[in-house]
Amino acid sequence: MSDTSMNYKFTAFKTIVWKEVRRFLRIWVQTLVPPVITISLYFVIFGNLIGRRIGEMGGYTYMEFIVPGLIMMAVINNSYANVVSSFFSQKYQRSIEELLVSPVPNYIILSGFVIGGVSRGLAIGVIATIMSLFFSGLHMHNIFITLMVVLMSSIVFSLGGFINAVFANKFDDITIIPTFVLTPLIYLGGVFYSIELLPDFWRAVSQLNPIFYMVNAFRYGILGVSDVNVVFAFSMLVGFTVILFSISLWLLNWGKGLRH
Amino acid sequence: MTSAISIKDLHKTYDNGFQALKGISLDVQEGDFFALLGANGAGKSTTIGVLSTLVRKTSGQVEVFGKNVGTNSYETKLSLGLVPQEVNFNHFEKVFDIVVTQGGYYGLPVSLAKERAEKYLRQLGLWDKNQQQARNLSGGMKRRLLIARALVHEPRLLLLDEPTAGVDIELRRSTWEFLQEINRSGTTIVLTTHYLEEAENLCRNIAMIDAGEIVVNTSMKSLLQKLHQEHFVLDVRNDLAQAPELAGYPCELLDTNTIEVALESHQNLNDVFAALQAQGIHVKSMRNKSNRLEQLFLSLLQKPEVEQKTLSSASDETFKGIQA
Repeated sequence: MSDTSMNYKFTAFKTIVWKEVRRFLRIWVQTLVPPVITISLYFVIFGNLIGRRIGEMGGYTYMEFIVPGLIMMAVINNSYANVVSSFFSQKYQRSIEELLVSPVPNYIILSGFVIGGVSRGLAIGVIATIMSLFFSGLHMHNIFITLMVVLMSSIVFSLGGFINAVFANKFDDITIIPTFVLTPLIYLGGVFYSIELLPDFWRAVSQLNPIFYMVNAFRYGILGVSDVNVVFAFSMLVGFTVILFSISLWLLNWGKGLRH
Repeated sequence: MTSAISIKDLHKTYDNGFQALKGISLDVQEGDFFALLGANGAGKSTTIGVLSTLVRKTSGQVEVFGKNVGTNSYETKLSLGLVPQEVNFNHFEKVFDIVVTQGGYYGLPVSLAKERAEKYLRQLGLWDKNQQQARNLSGGMKRRLLIARALVHEPRLLLLDEPTAGVDIELRRSTWEFLQEINRSGTTIVLTTHYLEEAENLCRNIAMIDAGEIVVNTSMKSLLQKLHQEHFVLDVRNDLAQAPELAGYPCELLDTNTIEVALESHQNLNDVFAALQAQGIHVKSMRNKSNRLEQLFLSLLQKPEVEQKTLSSASDETFKGIQA
C-alpha cells in the first residue's frame, strides 16, 4: 500500500472520528449530562444509602463492588447509543451520502464510527470513574486488563449500535434493542450482585449473558475479584469484536438501507 | 478528446420491480456542459445515482474517465463531485464544517480543506454565513452550499441533479454564471433539470430521457435547429384595436400594445418589421415567447400531459402551435 493511499485513508479516518466527537460534544446536554446524573443517582441510592445495609460483597464494601459495574454500564450504554443514533440520523437525513459518494473505503467508515462511539463511551467512563472517587477509593488491581476490557467492550457495543442503525428504518427502531435487550442484559450481568448469590439455575443462565463476562473481567482489573475466568472473558470479547466487525462490514458492502 | 462519462446499455430495475433505466447508452466528452433532460421519474436521477454509486446498476457498463465505476470506485469517486437533488447535509453542522469535513473524506489536509472551503463559500456568496448552522440558511443558500461541498476536492466531473430546483430567478442566474465559470476552467458538468431554459442557456450537448430510454442525444444547436416555428412577442408604440395583418406570419394581439408573431424557420424577422413599418406600427422591443427548448421537448416526447406535470412555463398557445 502506497504512502499516499495510507495518508489519504488516515485523513479520512481522522475526519470521521472528529466529526463524531464534535457531534457528541455539540449536543453535550443530551450525551454527557444524562449519564452523569444517572450514575450519580446509582452511587447515592444503591451504593451509599442501600449499600450500607448490604454489607460486604466479594470481600469489598457494596459501594466498591458496584463501582466497576456502573462504570462498565455507562461505557456500554454510551458506546452503543452514540453509534446507533449518529449513524441512523445520518442515514435518515441522507447525510451519510456524503461519505458513500466519497472514495473512503467501507472499513474506514466503519472504524471511524466505532472509534467515535468508543470516544464517547470512554469519556463517560472517565467521568464515572472521577465521580466514583467521591463515594469510594480507587482500586487498581491490573491496569492493563482494566483498560483492555473497557476498550474492547466499548468497541463491541459500538459495533452493535452500528448494526442496529443499519437495520433501523425509523427512530423507534433505535430504542428497541437498548430497551428490551441491552438494559436487561446489563442489569442481569452482575453489575449489582455476585452470581454466587443466585440459585444454581439462574447462575447457569447468567453465564449465557456476554455482558456478565465483561463486567466481571472489568471488576477483576479493578478489584482483583471475578465470577468468571478472565482469559475466557477476553477470548469472548475478541470473538465478538471479530464477528460483529465482519457483519457490519458485510452490511456496508451490501449497502443495506444505504444504496438502492 | 476522452470521454468523461461512457454509459453502455445501462439497465436499472429497483427492488419493487420498477424499471427505471431500460438500456441507456450515453457519452459525455471531457470539458462538456451536458444536459440530461426529462420529466419526473424519467430516469435522470437514477443515472446520476449509478454514476455516483448510490444506485446499483442491474446491468450495463459505466465508466468515468475510462475507469469502470464498479471496479475502480476509488479513482472514479475521486474525480467526481455530486450535487444531489435533495439537501442531504447535517442541518445542525456549521456551514464551514460541512465543506471542510467533505474535504477530509477526499483526503485533503485540514489546512487545504479550510482554504478551499473559504474559496468556494466566498465564490458562492456564503462566506458571511460560514459559522452558522446549515439549518439557518435559506433554500437557495442550501443549494449553493451543496455546490460548494461538491467542489471542495475540485473534481474533474461535476454532477448536478436539479441544482436550482426551487431557487428564485436571480439566484438561479448567478448560480448559472458560477457554473459556467467552473466549466470554463475545465470541469466537465452534467446537469439534470426540468427547467428547460437552464439547459438551453448552459449546455452544449443534451440528452432527453423518457421512461428510462434516451429519446434524443445531440448538440443543443442541432436540437434547436429542429424547431420549425418560433414565437416572438413585440411591444409596439401604437395602440392597436386588432392584430395587424401580416402575410404569411400568424399574428395575435395580446393587449393594445403587444402582439405575438409566429415565424417558420425559413422566415426572417426583417420581413415582419418591414410589414409592420408599412402599416405605421413601430416596434419598441421584442422577446422570445417562453422557452424554445420546452416546445421541442413536448413535441419530441409527444406527451401533452408532461406539460401539466413537470414543465414550468409553456403556455397552452405554445403547445398548440407545436402540435400543429
